[in-house]
Order: sequence, then C-alpha cells, then structure tokens
Amino acid sequence: MAIRVTTPMTPEQARQLKSGDSVLLSGVIYTARDAAHKRLCELVAQGKPLPFDIKNAVIYFVGPAPAQPGQVIGSAGPTTSYRMDPYSPILIREGQTGMIGKGKRSKEVVEAMKQCGAVYFGAIGGCGALLSKCIKSAEIVAYEDLGAEAVRRLEVEDLPVTVIIDANGVNLYESGREAYLKTQK
Amino acid sequence: MREIQASDITAAVRRLCIEANDHLTKDVKDCIEHCRAQEPWAPAQEILDRIIENYNIADKNNVPVCQDTGLACVFLEIGQDVHIAGNLEDAVNEGVRRGYTDGFLRKSVVGDPLERKNTGDNTPAMIYYDIVPGDKLKITIAPKGAGSENMSRIAMLKPADGVEGVKDFIIKAVEEAGPNPCPPIVVGVGIGGTFDKAALLAKKALLRPLGEHNADAVYADLEKELLDKINALGIGPQGFGGKTTALAVNIEKFSAHIASLPVAVNINCHVARHQTEVL
Repeated sequence: MAIRVTTPMTPEQARQLKSGDSVLLSGVIYTARDAAHKRLCELVAQGKPLPFDIKNAVIYFVGPAPAQPGQVIGSAGPTTSYRMDPYSPILIREGQTGMIGKGKRSKEVVEAMKQCGAVYFGAIGGCGALLSKCIKSAEIVAYEDLGAEAVRRLEVEDLPVTVIIDANGVNLYESGREAYLKTQK
Repeated sequence: MREIQASDITAAVRRLCIEANDHLTKDVKDCIEHCRAQEPWAPAQEILDRIIENYNIADKNNVPVCQDTGLACVFLEIGQDVHIAGNLEDAVNEGVRRGYTDGFLRKSVVGDPLERKNTGDNTPAMIYYDIVPGDKLKITIAPKGAGSENMSRIAMLKPADGVEGVKDFIIKAVEEAGPNPCPPIVVGVGIGGTFDKAALLAKKALLRPLGEHNADAVYADLEKELLDKINALGIGPQGFGGKTTALAVNIEKFSAHIASLPVAVNINCHVARHQTEVL
C-alpha cells in the first residue's frame, strides 16, 4: 500500500519514511536541474535569499518537454540525480527535505540526508508521459532563460514515487538487488 | 544521377523527429512485453507495467515517451548515384529545428560544451554520412538521451585480453552504470576498428531492431551469452532488483590493427528510439 505524503514535508515526516516505501506525493514541489542548482548554491554562498522557500521543500530533478496546447506541462520524468550531488548537501542544509530523481547518490548527499532528515525518492525514468498526468499546474518561478532547466513550481497530485534512500541511509538499489538475487540461488 | 531536393530531406527529418519521440517501434514494444512476461520479481513486474502504460499514453496522445527527447542523431546512407539539390547539412538541421519546435519536443543542446548556452532549437544534429551503392537516400533518426549516453564507456584492450576481456569490460560497464541509465537498457557494442570507429559501431548497433542478431554466428552467440550474464546481475528495471536489466545486446564489429582490441559500449535506455525513411 502506498503512503500518502503532502508537501511541505518536515524532517520529522521525512524520517518516518523507509527505503522501499511506495509514496503518492501531493502538494507543491519545485523543479531544478544542474544549471538551476548551480545558481541556487551561488545565492546560498552569497547569503542571498532563494527564489522559493527551500525549508521543507521537495525538489524534482526534471526538465519537462514543452506543453502542447491544452496541456499543463509536457512529458516530465526524472533526470539522473548524481549530477546534482555537488549541490544537494548545500540545499539540504538550507532546509530541503526531499529530492525526486533516479540513479545513485554520493556519500556526501546521504550524510547530509541523515544529518538533517531528508529522503531521496525515485520516479520511474523514461515514463514522462505517465508522470506528467499527476502535474496539475506549472509556473516558472526563476531562471526563465534556462528554458527546460528553469525552476518551476508544480502542483502535483498522487505523484507515484519510491523511497530509494531514506533518512537512515538505507538504499533500495542495494537491498532490492540483494533480495532478488537471494531468490535466484 | 537521381536528384533529391533538400526541402524533401527537411520534411522527412521533421517527420522522423516527431515520430521517433512520440512512438516507440514495434520491435522495442514487443521486446519489453516479452521481458515483462518472463520477469519473476513482483516489484520489477510493476515497473515494466508502468513502462508499457507510459508508451501507450504517448501513442494515444502523441506526446514524447520521455521528456529527454535527446540529441538528434541522424544517420544518412546516401546512394552514390544521388545528387542533392541544396545544402544537405542545412536541410537536416532545418528538419530537426522544425521537428523539435512543431512537435513540442525538448530542446536539449548547448552550443558550446563549456559555455553551455542552449541553442533553443535542438540543433545542431549529430549527423553521420555513409556513401552506399544505389540512387536512394536512407534517413534514420535516433534521438539519444543523456542519462544513458553518459554511462557509455570505451576501452583500448590488449589483443591478449581476448574475448574474455571483451566480455568482462562490457559487463563491468553495465554493472557500474547500475540504475543510472534507466534500465532496462539496450547495450550497443562496437568491437574493433580504431578508437573512434569502435564508438560509432556501438552507436550503430543501437539502430538494429531488437530481436535481430548479428549475421555472424560467433557474434550472435556472444550477444546471447552477454544478455544472459547481464540479466543475471540482478539490477532489474530502474535498479530496484529483478531479471530485466537489459532488453538486448547488439554487437557490431570491424577489422582491427594487429596491436589493438578496441571495445565501446554505448548504452541506451528502454526508450530505444529509431525511425527510418527512404527517399
């Protein structure tokens, strides 16, 4: 059974989620990829305010396809997360509690997650047409010049994600593979 | 000498860009559905079901299967008896520009690799030219996402490493990539040639329809053996565990220097896009 989570997500809520949990996420989330993360972290370094409230925020690593007439947004599946590894610990220490992406994360990211109470969700890569149906509104809040990479505020309803790495550092990429291989012996 | 108008090439490229991004070909769908039927692990079955649901939505609504509509990799086989009226490179890029704009596809190209400013129209395309006998022009478009492209690897092995060294390198590349390239993946392999030739062979191997094997029985057997070994790794769809780590291993080969054994692995995700048209 999927667990329903509505953003903003506090560190306490984040710590209750366990690796492998299926989650249906609703509420406001923000999009950012490499280029936006770089700018956000530059603002943090300069002590300047961010273009959205990072406290208890969930960031979706996605660069959506353009919306067709009548669509809220184009296809919108996750991008590979490791490219955000240099930046995520900085934003987690600023109060971010959730990330949605796909693929491995660095030790530094997991350390920051454990320390501050944050989770790493996976959405299914290559399923952008399906995932976009859960996005009810989309507006650019910063860095419009980056095109697909601009920061967008999304309202989502029951976005299906899986907890890959929880706030204790338990990792589904390791445990899932191990559990399957045990059945093959 | 047969004449082909540049404007006809532009129109075909535009069509193929949209078609390839919105609709997977039958070979890819058949392969995914076959793997779903063979998958013993419940969480993996669920992911494969979502993947199938996703490409059905894309088919029905004419939207991109994946938001990463890729670099436009364009393969041209130009008959030596063809004359092209107009500038071929411009015609292809104009087709990409129109396809990515009219088709609401994502523009994912930066003009300079260090400056990194988006060109805004997904050009330039990656164009590969082959001159072949005949008076036709065959255009294949394979949009290529970066998630899988970034997990690709190349090695200049020693001849002494032999087929075992080749197998180890390919399996290691897939295992290290793990969940990053959106498994289930298609593994394109180029063996032989030079450094650059091996990489191009690996990319061309991804154009071969899934389910078709190399015409050389030795390499066809190698493809089957590698697929079994990769699917015994347990990575599974999205890396959450399971049998279906790869949909296919496609190998292309070429002659090599007496001192060289180049091996290139070009990984593609399950959104394995390719569309062809002959003018």
